[in-house]
Amino acid sequence: MRRHSMKLVLCLFALLVPLSAQTLVNGAGATFPYPIYSKWFDEYHKLHPDVQINYQSIGSGGGIRQLESGTVDFGASDQPMNEEQLAKSKNKPLHFPTVMGAVVATYNLPGLNRELNFTPEALAGIFLGKVKKWNDAALKSANPGVPLPANDIMLVHRSDGSGTSFIWTDYLSKISPEWKSQVGPGAAVNWPAGLGAKGNEGVAGMVKQTPYSLGYVELIYALQNKMPYARVRNAAGKFVKPDLASVTAAAAGAASNMPDDFRVSITNAPGKDAYPVSSFTWLLIPGQIQDGAKKKILVDFVRWMLGPGQKMAEPLSYAPLPQLVVAKELKAIATVQ
Amino acid sequence: MAAEPVREASRARGFFGRLRAGDQAATLITATFASSVLVLTALLVYELFHGSALSRDKFGWAFLFTKIWDPVAGEFGALPFIYGTLATSALALAMAVPLGLGAAVFLSELAPPRISDALTFVIELLAAVPSVIYGLLGVFILVPLMRQAGAPYGVGVFTASVVLAVMILPFIVSISREALLAVPREQREAALALGATHWESTWQVVIPFARLGIIGSVFLALARALGETMAVTMVIGNDPKIHASLLAPGYTIAAVIANEFTEATADLHLSALIELGLVLFFLTMLLNGIARLLILSTTRRGTAQ
Repeated sequence: MRRHSMKLVLCLFALLVPLSAQTLVNGAGATFPYPIYSKWFDEYHKLHPDVQINYQSIGSGGGIRQLESGTVDFGASDQPMNEEQLAKSKNKPLHFPTVMGAVVATYNLPGLNRELNFTPEALAGIFLGKVKKWNDAALKSANPGVPLPANDIMLVHRSDGSGTSFIWTDYLSKISPEWKSQVGPGAAVNWPAGLGAKGNEGVAGMVKQTPYSLGYVELIYALQNKMPYARVRNAAGKFVKPDLASVTAAAAGAASNMPDDFRVSITNAPGKDAYPVSSFTWLLIPGQIQDGAKKKILVDFVRWMLGPGQKMAEPLSYAPLPQLVVAKELKAIATVQ
Repeated sequence: MAAEPVREASRARGFFGRLRAGDQAATLITATFASSVLVLTALLVYELFHGSALSRDKFGWAFLFTKIWDPVAGEFGALPFIYGTLATSALALAMAVPLGLGAAVFLSELAPPRISDALTFVIELLAAVPSVIYGLLGVFILVPLMRQAGAPYGVGVFTASVVLAVMILPFIVSISREALLAVPREQREAALALGATHWESTWQVVIPFARLGIIGSVFLALARALGETMAVTMVIGNDPKIHASLLAPGYTIAAVIANEFTEATADLHLSALIELGLVLFFLTMLLNGIARLLILSTTRRGTAQ
């Protein structure tokens, strides 16, 4: 018995010693990139056993707030901080794009679950509550020969504040002046129509379950649930299917004239192959980090993420960053003090 | 030798003295524990009040009566959420109270003890099921049923009420049963001796005798219904509007706080959500106060008779 307890104590020591030698870096924020982030932090830990990066996917807004209050060392967000937030911010975070993703319109049409075409006008009309039926002229004209039913469109949006909603409403604001003036872009907005479901999985579940419904989710949720999703007509007038190639194409335009702080929206991007509802997601790293050890780790992690890390994106259905953006970010990370 | 009893006595006094000191210490410690409840409540109110300052200053009392909830424009009103919270809770009670009371009467008065114990065990098991499980059952079973029954989306205020009713039923049954079992045997026997039937004795003697416990169970259930978050948000539709139909989507205070708190970046939005928390707190207090009054008035009437 006593020998056992001795063993136990020794084991505990064995566990504690490496723990105490580890540097712990904490982050919090966006849920959308959580799968790739947890993969990255895990792989990075394998390369550097003395470094442990913890990430809590509590939402973009929560990430920004925790970073401001100093409870975490870095944040992550699906929407860049706006001027007002940056002006008020104490630690002036720098934005570093990590990967890109797409938000897709998914639907449930019994007996007709195939790819449909949506014009921007049709999408705006549906979400404004003006296009009410599946056989509306706005949908029929974009889908010639498809027997669209006369049923009501059961509209589903996110109920929780979310970066996905921000990307979607940011797109709607760009293509519809009416949406911009009446609703505007935001993580949580005053939805003119439809009902709310919690999380990407909630919207996907509700759409899957409800005949004649339509909602929007991150591309990966539509793929995982084997749900049909729409081609959307882009700024160049072409109907584009959302996939890694079309998301990368959307970033290509932005890559050449990327602002120095990387805060850029790539919804409704130009380019004939660009999928119009695409977005970057960002890491938020304080411009000045007092703790030398943590600063070194964060800078090193960003460098690694921009190099070998990018190769892990595609298997998880995230689009890797264009080379131009990577080069620019490598310059920017050197400015962290 | 003569000193022996004296020493004995002093030892005894010392022992009792220590015991008395122990009593005082125990009183002090337990009083501290009890007052921590007050401190916690005060801190809670202070935090909610302090955190909602921005929203209270901007909207004032109008916050309670406006229907717009627009985080982008910074316009916030609590009315749809207050309506949703009260409507779902009231409907849930309307469904669960008769059902629960009936079940409690059967379990305590009519059922053979073995069946009563077995059923009570199952009911108490139901009370321990996490709310998200009820939410899932609601989404996968109730929502499709409601859609077939004619609710356009399947989710909505009525669906949420049904899920809530199922959730609070075990509380009502279990506590009411205890209250009914606590009624002295003599009360029943006296009623039967006076020529009352079994039903008359239950309805006119046992239930009135146990009414305090029954009302208590109802208000415990109400408190749970008012604050329930997860199961409700899964089936209510989360639409901050007041629709005429109970089959249409709605929203509750607890649900909107859970949904929007994580991504509320604007200070005013956060503040408005905290004020919603304050509203829910006072709503719960108000309803509990009414419950106290109800209990007081019925007790007085009881003793007058």
